[in-house]
Amino acid sequence: MSNVVVIGAGVAGLEAAGQLALSGYKVTVAEKGEKIGGNLCNWHHLFPDRRNSEEVLNYLKKLVNKPDITILTGKEITNLSRKDGKIYLSFIKGDKLEADAVVIATGFDLFDSRPKEEYGYGLYDNVISSADLEKMYRNGEVRMKNGEIPEKIGFIHCVGSRDEKIGNLYCSKLCCVTAVKQAIEISEKINNIKAYCFYMDMRMSGVFYEELYREAQEKYGISFIRGKVSEISENIKGKLVVKAEDTLAGRPLKMELDMVVLMAGIEMSKSGEHLADNSSLRRGENRFFLPADNHFGNNVSNMKGVFYAGCCVGPMNITESISHARAAVNEVINYLRNIS
Amino acid sequence: MGRFGYTLSKPRVIDYDANNRCIAEFIAAHEPTFNLCIECGGCAATCTAGNFTSFSLREMNILLKRGENSAPHEKIRRCMMCGKCILVCPRGVNTRNVIALAREAFMKFDRNERL
Repeated sequence: MSNVVVIGAGVAGLEAAGQLALSGYKVTVAEKGEKIGGNLCNWHHLFPDRRNSEEVLNYLKKLVNKPDITILTGKEITNLSRKDGKIYLSFIKGDKLEADAVVIATGFDLFDSRPKEEYGYGLYDNVISSADLEKMYRNGEVRMKNGEIPEKIGFIHCVGSRDEKIGNLYCSKLCCVTAVKQAIEISEKINNIKAYCFYMDMRMSGVFYEELYREAQEKYGISFIRGKVSEISENIKGKLVVKAEDTLAGRPLKMELDMVVLMAGIEMSKSGEHLADNSSLRRGENRFFLPADNHFGNNVSNMKGVFYAGCCVGPMNITESISHARAAVNEVINYLRNIS
Repeated sequence: MGRFGYTLSKPRVIDYDANNRCIAEFIAAHEPTFNLCIECGGCAATCTAGNFTSFSLREMNILLKRGENSAPHEKIRRCMMCGKCILVCPRGVNTRNVIALAREAFMKFDRNERL
C-alpha cells in the first residue's frame, strides 16, 4: 500500500489526509505545532455564516480519526528530495521519513503588524490585530487595556496586503469580509458601540459576502470610510486618533477611537518558505508556492510526486481550502496509479 | 494681513468628533436604506440637476454622514425630485425620500427644533 505524507495539519492538510485514507492510502501527517487545526484554532466564528470554528475543527478531527492516519505533532519538515521514485523528508531534528507521494499543506502566517509602525501595533495598548479580537471573542468579552468597554472601534483593512512598503503586492482576500463579520459581532456584543471600517476597496469576493456587507450597513449601521489610514497616534486622553483621507468626500479626516483592529493580511508561512527554499520548490513573486499551472495544475509542484493543498499557494477561505485539498488528493491518486 | 498678501487657510480636515451628524441620523432613522449607499455615483450620473449644477446626491450623502452639513444645506434645493436616481441605485436606496427627509431635517434644524 502506498504511503503518503501530508505536511501541515491545518484545514487543507487534515482534509487531504482524511480523503486519502478514505481512498485506501496510508497517511502520515507531520505538523510543526503541538496541536492540529492550524490557523482555524485562532478563529472564533467564521464568515460569512458565522459558524463556530469548532464545528469545522470537529469535522476535521473526526475525518482523520482513522487507523490508517498517523499524526505527528511538534514535527517540522525542512527538506524534501526525490530519489528513485521515492520522496525523502527530513525533520528539523534530523529524523527522516519516506513517502510515495507528498501533499504540502503548510498554510499561511498572519502578517505581523509591527513593521507597519505608523499603526502602533505593540506600542499602543488598544491597537490590536484581527486575531487578537477573535481571542477576545472566544474569551467572552472585549475590553480595552484599562478594562473599560470600548464605545468607538475602528477596523483598518489591508494591513500587510496591497502594500508595496512591506513587500506584499497581493490582496489577502479574506480580511474585508473578516472586518465586516467582526464589526457585526462587536455591534451585537456591545450596545451602542460605533464601528468604522477604513477600506481601500471593499472586496467581498465570496458567496454571501456582499450580503453580509449590506447587513452590516443596514441592520447594524456600521460606517464604511474609503481611505487608507496614514497614521494612528495616542492623544493626551489616551484615545487613538486616526488620520485618513475620506477619498469619497475628497477631504482629510480625523477621528478619535477607543480601539483599533488591524486586519492583518495573509502571508506565506515561514515553515513553508524554509521548506521551499531547502527543496528547490518554486515560489511566486508573492512568496507562496508556485503551482505548475494556474488553471490545470494548481495542485502540482515542480517536484514529481509532490502536491499542494490550501493556502500554501495563496490566500484561500476554508471552503476553497477544502476543495483545493480534495483536488490535491485527486492528483495524488492519479499519480500513484500511473507509477505503480 | 491682507495688505501683506497673507491669508489664513481654514483647515480642510473633517473633524469627525466635533461635527454634528444630526441630519444624517434623522435621515437614517426614517429611511434605513440611507445607510446602504456605497458611493457608486449612479444617482449623480443620471441626475438632471447634477448635469447642470454642482449638485450630487452621492456627495451630499457622504458629507451629511460626516457631519459636513453646510454644502448640502445650500445645494439641496437644486434637486427637482424627479426620482431618476431611485431607478439607477443598485443598493435600493430610496433616494427621493432621502432628499425629502434631508430637507425636512434642515428646516427643523434651522428652526432649532429637535430632530
